[in-house]
Amino acid sequence: MNAPVLQVDSLHIHYQTLAGMVKAVNGVSFNLYKGERLGLVGESGSGKSTTALAIIRMLEGPARIIDGAINLSGTNLLALSDDEMRAVRFDRVSMVPQGAMNSLNPVMRIREQIRDIYEAHGKLPKRSELDGKIAHLLTRVGLKPEVAGMFPHELSGGMKQRVCIAMAIALQPQVILADEPTSALDVVVQRQVMETLGNVQQELGAAVILVGHDMGLMAQFVDRIGVMYAGRLVELASVEQIFKAPQHPYTQQLIGSIPNLEQKKLFKGIPGTAPSLLDPPSGCPFHPRCSEAFEPCTLDVPPLRETAPSCWVACHLYEKVVSHDHPA
Amino acid sequence: MATAQALTQPVTETRPRRRRINWLLVSGLIIMLALILFGVGGGMIIDKSYAQVGAFLPRMAPDAERLLGTDSQGRDVLSVLILSTPNTLLIGLIAGTVGVGVGVVLGLLSGFFGGIIDGVIRTVTDVFVTIPGIALLVVIATNVRSINVAIMALIVASLAWRFPARAIRAQTLSLRERGYVQIARLNGVGGLELVIKEVLPNLLPYIAASFVSTVSQSILATIGLEALGLGPQNEYTLGMMIYWAQFYGAILRGFWWWWMPPIVIIVLIFVGLLLTSSGLDDLVNTRLRRSV
Amino acid sequence: MNLQYVIRRTGVFILVVVLAVTVNFMIPRLIPGDPIEEKLSQLTATSSGNLVTGIEEMAAAYRTQFGLDRPLVEQYVNYWRDILRLDFGYSLSNYPETVSNSISAALPWTVFLVGTSTLISFVIGSLLGGLLAWPRIPRVLRGLIPVLMVISAVPYFLLGIILIYLFVIVNRIFPAGGAYTFGSTLHWDLESLGDILHHAFLPGMSIVVAGIGAWALNMRGMMISVLGEDFITLAKAKGLREKRIFLWYGLRNGLLPQLTTLALTLGYVVSGSILVEVIFSYPGIGYKLYQAIQTKDFFVVQGIVLVLIVSIGFALYVLDLVYPLIDPRIQYDVR
Ligand SMILES: Nc1ncnc2c1ncn2[C@@H]1O[C@H](COP(=O)(O)OP(=O)(O)OP(=O)(O)O)[C@@H](O)[C@H]1O
Ligand SMILES: [Mg+2]
Repeated sequence: MNAPVLQVDSLHIHYQTLAGMVKAVNGVSFNLYKGERLGLVGESGSGKSTTALAIIRMLEGPARIIDGAINLSGTNLLALSDDEMRAVRFDRVSMVPQGAMNSLNPVMRIREQIRDIYEAHGKLPKRSELDGKIAHLLTRVGLKPEVAGMFPHELSGGMKQRVCIAMAIALQPQVILADEPTSALDVVVQRQVMETLGNVQQELGAAVILVGHDMGLMAQFVDRIGVMYAGRLVELASVEQIFKAPQHPYTQQLIGSIPNLEQKKLFKGIPGTAPSLLDPPSGCPFHPRCSEAFEPCTLDVPPLRETAPSCWVACHLYEKVVSHDHPA
Repeated sequence: MATAQALTQPVTETRPRRRRINWLLVSGLIIMLALILFGVGGGMIIDKSYAQVGAFLPRMAPDAERLLGTDSQGRDVLSVLILSTPNTLLIGLIAGTVGVGVGVVLGLLSGFFGGIIDGVIRTVTDVFVTIPGIALLVVIATNVRSINVAIMALIVASLAWRFPARAIRAQTLSLRERGYVQIARLNGVGGLELVIKEVLPNLLPYIAASFVSTVSQSILATIGLEALGLGPQNEYTLGMMIYWAQFYGAILRGFWWWWMPPIVIIVLIFVGLLLTSSGLDDLVNTRLRRSV
Repeated sequence: MNLQYVIRRTGVFILVVVLAVTVNFMIPRLIPGDPIEEKLSQLTATSSGNLVTGIEEMAAAYRTQFGLDRPLVEQYVNYWRDILRLDFGYSLSNYPETVSNSISAALPWTVFLVGTSTLISFVIGSLLGGLLAWPRIPRVLRGLIPVLMVISAVPYFLLGIILIYLFVIVNRIFPAGGAYTFGSTLHWDLESLGDILHHAFLPGMSIVVAGIGAWALNMRGMMISVLGEDFITLAKAKGLREKRIFLWYGLRNGLLPQLTTLALTLGYVVSGSILVEVIFSYPGIGYKLYQAIQTKDFFVVQGIVLVLIVSIGFALYVLDLVYPLIDPRIQYDVR
């Protein structure tokens, strides 16, 4: 396999709140390869968005990156100054926002908002070329070039999200973060927008991290899936593996809870309540809800280990098949 | 998207709701209370004859005896100030009450019943809101023969209903769409009863906020009219103190003790009312946040 | 543009004019007694012989003005006719000057003083308020907020009094009043301009400073909600420079609703400015109004009131029509 574009290494992120430290991300490590599509799933509050936002360093308010490194083809993003990081944003890592409805400046034309990106990174093309470049970008995401002259309120939700995708690829970044990019859209538009995102990503050869809840969408779109639980990556494997042979008991329940249309089975949900991030359980965070928990689970946090080629699990059940300790 | 729900069990609430003291409201109310105490309490202590023309030598600078000196007509400025404060507050209070009362009725009628009633009330309100208050008040006041505190209050009240009417209409419109009002309506609760039982109680916080700002605007209007010489000639008010100070050239002649005290009290009134209304706004917004 | 909106707004403006004219017409007639008769007899009683001829003419003018012997409807129609010709009658205290002349001599001063200082106040206040909402502003500046709150509670003209005391009485830096040095004639040269600015400085400052507090606090509120919007987050993610985000994504969005506030409070601004003119004896229409009230010059009072209502009404009308053109978000609320 080729060298990773992005290496996230034992990332720890806490939110300082009145109630105490919310330990939102607790030692997340993974690699992202060129052109790869990685999906991050997990229940609400498991730290998916926090992880993604950390990569582009857009964490807000009380968030503190306690420990870890984020390497973008050799640059440790966490060591950059604010202004250096500003230069990285959208140039090397970009993002497609969740709330497409309100993500565009209502009083600026689309052209201006795209132009801003070039200008901020000192890549403003000549005047004669700019319009053509913007038109080309818009066509690539399936929009008419005339959209450039419009204001956001003249566009539908799907069109706005396409504009956001166009902006995200404007500078041909290596990594595109997409945190539930279509959750505000209706189902039909969702698929179309995801297809567009997939197409431009492929043309560009950029890697994508897709955060989301919709396992169906994940199955169609991504190559690998990382399953998060209570701020940890509990399983990281190819889509086929996750769906056909999930290893971690949490992943198994997750896959089991997807309603199956053929069997008309009612969907179960996962029993038990999500763990407190203020005061997480000892050992494996999933053990209070795990039907297969045994003694070591309450004591030690299981590390993420490769149990089969390119299949990583953090669970004591798979202790014996250890090979080596760093995610690939 | 059914699959989403499997994953969307919320993590236990991490942010506690700690009750914050509404400092804006508290400090605003304290200032207003202090002013009332100063005016009403002070009025009971002082000798009212001190505030009469010729009670003392004119234009005396402050000393241990006359704490704020005397004006050109030999009145003790402190005594005049003490007698003026409650009158000005009273004008604001009356104008505020009448203004908000009328405004609430108009706003409710307009917002709740809609149709032609709404069309008429809304147009009238729009027209009056456009008019610079002082212009209309000047026409009225120049034509009224002798003005006293009560008449002054009514003159100012004649325009004080405009903004409350607007605000209450908007709130009523949004209340009307809420579930419980709809349910009550479906259960056959009639128009007036519905307004009084369901809508009005929910408007109370808005009415309170609207009342405070209307009092403030009314006092501003009163003082403006008075400074133009259109105030009560035979009663003490803060605006008339300013008027007489200006009339007798106290500002250019450097009699600071004559015009400074009413300015201080006026500023305190406005700061107190501003704090109170900001505090009330906070209260309303917090309630909103909780109920969401 | 939405036709229904334009029609409605035009209707409101016409009604404002009708209301202003009608109130001016009705109120003196509704209230018992005749203030003008009173004023005239008072003048006749106190003046020496040389004025008497003028007063008779004036009385005649006054009778035709009111045409009190005619039916009310006819009086009303005539009143309208005069007003549409900009004929507001004669000044009672400066006969034979007409009210129109008197107003048009004063109006430019007001437009200059109030217009300029309101604009300056609005711009500085809005910028300051915008900055105060910006999270990365130095903490010290936050201390300004309570100061602004107090300033916003001081009526314009009271601030004027304080400024006179500080800069005219205690420190003799500025003239006490007027628009230019008394007795001098104005030319189109630097000297006159300097003199005018010197005289306009303190009254202008009263309007500027007293206004800043309210503009800043209001803008801060607008900006705080704008800065919470998703498009600000995306602008940051795009790697834009802070200045760009602040000015074009933040301020620009906060400023447009702030313009609505300007429209809503224009009446207050003008009322406040009128009193500033009084305090500084600044020869605009506010001071003229004050003088007219003092001398019971009713025609002048009415004329000024009418001009005030109609011109502010017109300004708001234009603003309301233009606003949707500059704010692409605007939804016509025809509800
Ligand atoms: N600004 C914040 N202040 C305090 N706690 C926060 C903040 N943002 C997130 N958190 C907490 O951090 C944890 C992880 O949040 P995060 O948004 O990363 O979850 P997520 O996996 O993206 O969830 P979702 O699927 O709902 O988007 C949650 O427990 C959340 O309550
Ligand atoms: Mg999230």
